[in-house]
Amino acid sequence: MGLKSKDLLTIEELTVEEISLVLDTADSMKEISTRDIKKVPTLRGKTVINLFYEPSTRTRTSFEIAGKRLSADVVNISTSTSSVVKGETLKDTGKNLQAMNPDLVVIRHPAPGAPKILADNLSSSIINAGDGAHEHPTQALLDIFTIRERKGHLDRLEVAIIGDIRHSRVARSNIYALSKTGAKVRVFGPHTMIPPFIERMGVTVCATLEEAIKDVDVIMMLRIQLERQGDFLFPTLREYSRFFGLDLEKLKMARPDVMIMHPGPINRGVELSPEIADSPYTLILDQVTNGVAVRMALLYLLIGK
Amino acid sequence: MLIIENGRLIDPAQNLDGIFDISVDHGKIIQVKPRERDGAGKAAGRRNLSKDLTIFDASGMLVIPGLIDMHTHLRDPGHEYKETIKTGCQAAAAGGFTSIACMANTNPVNDNQSVTEYILRKARHEGCVNVFPVGAITRGLNGETLTEMGELKGAGVIAFSDDGKSVKNSELMRRAMEYAKSFNLPLIAHCEDPDLVNNGVMNEGYVSTCLGLKGIPHTAEEVMVARDVMLSELTGCPLHIAHVSTAGSVWTIRDAKSRGAKVTSETAPHYFTLTDELVRGFDTNAKVNPPLRTGEDVNAIKEGLKDGTIDMIATDHAPHSLLEKDVEFDYAAFGIVGLETAFPLSLMLYTEGILSLPQLIAKFTVNPARAFNLRKGSLQIGMDADITILDLEKTWTVDVSCFKSKGRNSPFHGWNMQGKVVATLVGGKMIL
Repeated sequence: MGLKSKDLLTIEELTVEEISLVLDTADSMKEISTRDIKKVPTLRGKTVINLFYEPSTRTRTSFEIAGKRLSADVVNISTSTSSVVKGETLKDTGKNLQAMNPDLVVIRHPAPGAPKILADNLSSSIINAGDGAHEHPTQALLDIFTIRERKGHLDRLEVAIIGDIRHSRVARSNIYALSKTGAKVRVFGPHTMIPPFIERMGVTVCATLEEAIKDVDVIMMLRIQLERQGDFLFPTLREYSRFFGLDLEKLKMARPDVMIMHPGPINRGVELSPEIADSPYTLILDQVTNGVAVRMALLYLLIGK
Repeated sequence: MLIIENGRLIDPAQNLDGIFDISVDHGKIIQVKPRERDGAGKAAGRRNLSKDLTIFDASGMLVIPGLIDMHTHLRDPGHEYKETIKTGCQAAAAGGFTSIACMANTNPVNDNQSVTEYILRKARHEGCVNVFPVGAITRGLNGETLTEMGELKGAGVIAFSDDGKSVKNSELMRRAMEYAKSFNLPLIAHCEDPDLVNNGVMNEGYVSTCLGLKGIPHTAEEVMVARDVMLSELTGCPLHIAHVSTAGSVWTIRDAKSRGAKVTSETAPHYFTLTDELVRGFDTNAKVNPPLRTGEDVNAIKEGLKDGTIDMIATDHAPHSLLEKDVEFDYAAFGIVGLETAFPLSLMLYTEGILSLPQLIAKFTVNPARAFNLRKGSLQIGMDADITILDLEKTWTVDVSCFKSKGRNSPFHGWNMQGKVVATLVGGKMIL
């Protein structure tokens, strides 16, 4: 069994079986990164292009390392140095890349649906590495991989996602991924950051931080984008962190074995107090480690056969 | 002379619905005569054609006053690669429209008499249907200074609108209504609070939440409808609300009409046939302003059409090229072409039992004619022979590559339609 589509654009369109397949494959990929010689020949002769229209350190590097550990040739294109600044459309850029016969293109783009434009126009595989506020499927897969690794399972787990749900592709992909695998999701944040009808996606909207984190197995904190202050979503960072951020004192309302996750990069002192960021509760660095394994698994599943 | 014989004539302005023969001479309707039921032999006798007499056998067809569209974008001057007055008029004729009102958001904006004159001159030379220009309310659509409405009227505009955006300044909108009233012309309001729109690209709701696209709340339209209706009541200036898309707008307009406000309104076919679910898949042909709303809004629009709250169906024909549409959803232009699909789509209101045929036809003919004081929209003797002939039984499939319009941006491509325009006459001349 493999993945049904040539592309990975959303978690929404993945089946539970496909999600399990990715996680199981990532399990076996993870060991490669612990070897002395961290390279296998699986994707030798394959070309992977990272096409990033938004700044990214973690995700782009993670894909690059994942590709290189599988012996693929990885090419990075960032839009500040490409002909995008000369006004080329996404479709044209995609067709030009296709003309060089890559096997897979990883795209990050600020516009929701942009990866679909490439998927519809290119014969190579496309991985969505984040499209606006829509989805970030590889992040969700590495998140649930990390949870499953710790807890041994996903079904019946209680997960709280806290912060700017409205603008978060990480939240959307995780809501789909967690719901499909049997976990229950609650969301919390100021109402300015809760999008309309989010409950129809199968989540519970919490009224207080206490309600959100009481008895949960996992808390996912989202990054507050500092530039959002101009959008009237919250008055000051100070007030945000006081009412919606997490510190050790508030964490006492949660279970002692709660796990805290964050997609990064964190704003220390805003959504997470510095003490929490460095505490044993957090799995932030495990997430980063697992990100490489999950992306190796996806590259393998999409172009390895 | 031309005789259109044996068709089913429906003319809501005269309350006519029956089998009639219509005679046309020198561009005018000269006779509308009921068909005698037992006159089969007589009809055959009349076929002795002289070279000055043409018979159009409309047996089994529907013969109605030429359709009027109060809301098109002809893109000319300035964006001729999207549409020209010539191609826009051809699209209108193909859709059964004989008169169209074109909005002022061209480049240059139709905010002075020379642009109005340009449009009318070009329409006379290249256009096959009647073109009624709408002048801008503010210079350059800048929302800051009034246009010279008196001169614009002199040049031929029939209403004023900054369509494409609202006049944000309420004081300016008030004065615009008062000033337009001095010249007996109505205002057409594009209702949308730009702050609430805040760069949104689709309806705000469950679908925008799923897709992560920035939403435009229905309230953005409704607060402006409420403001403009109240300003119309304050000033006494007739106001026409363009492209009504939400349930809340319907309620507000219904209330205003029950108070006797001089308010009329229109909606477009996509607001009673489509919902925001169509945006799933990121098809930019589903990107339009105001945005496609929800099923509840669609039902309210139909209810408003049924009870007369919504007086007219207009197209908001907004042609764009692939340059504007074959891009990311966020970056795509708003707009749907409508001239060649509007009437067949609206016939669904008849097949669904929401409107009778005369009620439906009134929304394309007598209602706009009365609201805008156009001597159009009826087949009374003496009127221009602007006539549309339809085959209600004919089924066809929408194919955007066959459009006369330069714009191919239609979400209805591939839809099966029932009811097709078979002939369009403007001033007695067969143009389709």
